[in-house]
Amino acid sequence: MHFSGLRVIKEALTGHKGWKPLWRDPEPKPAYDFVIVGGGGHGLATAFYLAKTFGQAKVAVLEKGWLGSGNIGRNTTIIRSNYLLPGNEPFYEFSMKLWETLEQETNFNSMVSQRGIINLYHSDAQRDAYRRRGNAMLLAGADAQLLGPEDLRARLPYLNFDNARFPIKGGLLQARAGTARHDGVAWGYARGADMRGVDIIQNCEVTGIRIEGGAVKGVETTRGYIGAGKVGVAVAGSSSRVMQMAGMRLPIESHVLQAFVSEGLKPLIDTVITFGAGHFYISQSDKGGLVFGGDIDGYNSYAQRGNLPVVEDVAEGGMALMPMIGRARLLRSWGGIMDMSMDGSPIIDATPVDGLYLNAGWCYGGFKATPASGYAFAHLLATGRSHETATAYRLDRFARGHLIDEKGAGAQPNLH
Amino acid sequence: MLIPHPLLGLRDAQEFTYLGDAALLDRPSPEGEGAEAAFCDYVFLRGNPAGVHRELWFHEQGDRSWLVVTRNTLTHEILGAELASKVAKALKGAAE
Repeated sequence: MHFSGLRVIKEALTGHKGWKPLWRDPEPKPAYDFVIVGGGGHGLATAFYLAKTFGQAKVAVLEKGWLGSGNIGRNTTIIRSNYLLPGNEPFYEFSMKLWETLEQETNFNSMVSQRGIINLYHSDAQRDAYRRRGNAMLLAGADAQLLGPEDLRARLPYLNFDNARFPIKGGLLQARAGTARHDGVAWGYARGADMRGVDIIQNCEVTGIRIEGGAVKGVETTRGYIGAGKVGVAVAGSSSRVMQMAGMRLPIESHVLQAFVSEGLKPLIDTVITFGAGHFYISQSDKGGLVFGGDIDGYNSYAQRGNLPVVEDVAEGGMALMPMIGRARLLRSWGGIMDMSMDGSPIIDATPVDGLYLNAGWCYGGFKATPASGYAFAHLLATGRSHETATAYRLDRFARGHLIDEKGAGAQPNLH
Repeated sequence: MLIPHPLLGLRDAQEFTYLGDAALLDRPSPEGEGAEAAFCDYVFLRGNPAGVHRELWFHEQGDRSWLVVTRNTLTHEILGAELASKVAKALKGAAE
């Protein structure tokens, strides 16, 4: 079923009787060439690119709950490629380019909106750091523009420029960044994968990984044993729990990150803004809600909900940055579980077990990476080699000392 | 979250900073064979359990003591707290 404007008109005239479910609900087969554990954004994108780009037919995605019920449904929908380090920036820029053609590729409206992102700076030192970051972005083929105070006042007149403690001096703009409809991304990839023969099996929890002679043979699930040539694990938040079934300990801690949305307001914020002096970032959804968040709570958690001190901290950050939102009421808040890695960067790599592959450690940057993560993981699964933009995301980089420490915080996951 | 400090009673978790798994108290020996691999494990790898977790909290805005707090990572329920110095001494005693 191809989506198009013509199709919408035809269905409108015929009582909307022709719409069908976007994907099948198949029974698991006894075996597949590729089993992807985790039906979230990264798992579904992996299955999509395995089927479409690498022409693999016998692929299954196993999801413990319902499709897209993890972090793909719990994030703040921001897409961007404003990283500094050479191991990171080309990968995120590759992701940004995939975002730009995602809707054509999946034939699904994921509401990709390139409304830009502005990282504010508050001191001369921070301006210099952002200039360096902008130059690194330009070198990797991304776009970046340093905005001075006049330019910024014209664009965002409502910011608290003359804050006594953290005056706003300017910002680093990436105009191609923006937001996307997070559920739409999961649904688009799921539909695209399903159309190409991928079996998406929901309510199917993996309870064990069968390994014989150092090679993976399949997975035990709540719906029976499923044989597999290769198993790819993409279960951010629960990576340690799943990989423990293969006897592995990971350089990862699970932490809770909270996000918030206000009541619907008239159009107010037409870009994404990040506070450079505290933990706060904000955008406005197409429904009018202000979507914002801050930092992780800072302690190990699998609870998918946080505590009040961080709510207070985020609200204070918002008030310091744009006092005008002080009377907007908070509508909802929620928490998601992050794979916080030891250097703040992800892992897309083979494991010591033959045929078992890992996609993990996304910290709180997983959503923007969804297309490139899926593409690079599919590349690794199909060819056995890392994608050219993901060669730094090795599992053994910690032992080798080749960390990708974007924040320079060391092996302290709650500081990344 | 309220942490039952063994000396000060119930204290708000906000007064503390968090370091992570209490296994960090058991630092490997820098000498001998396999020290490099042992340190790599010590610095980078974590058990990261879903459930009961023993972890290090520092009472930064209090008496500046280190505690070993036992907490359930699925529910945030705090099951107990003891002075890290006592835990470390017991570890050392057990090793000798």
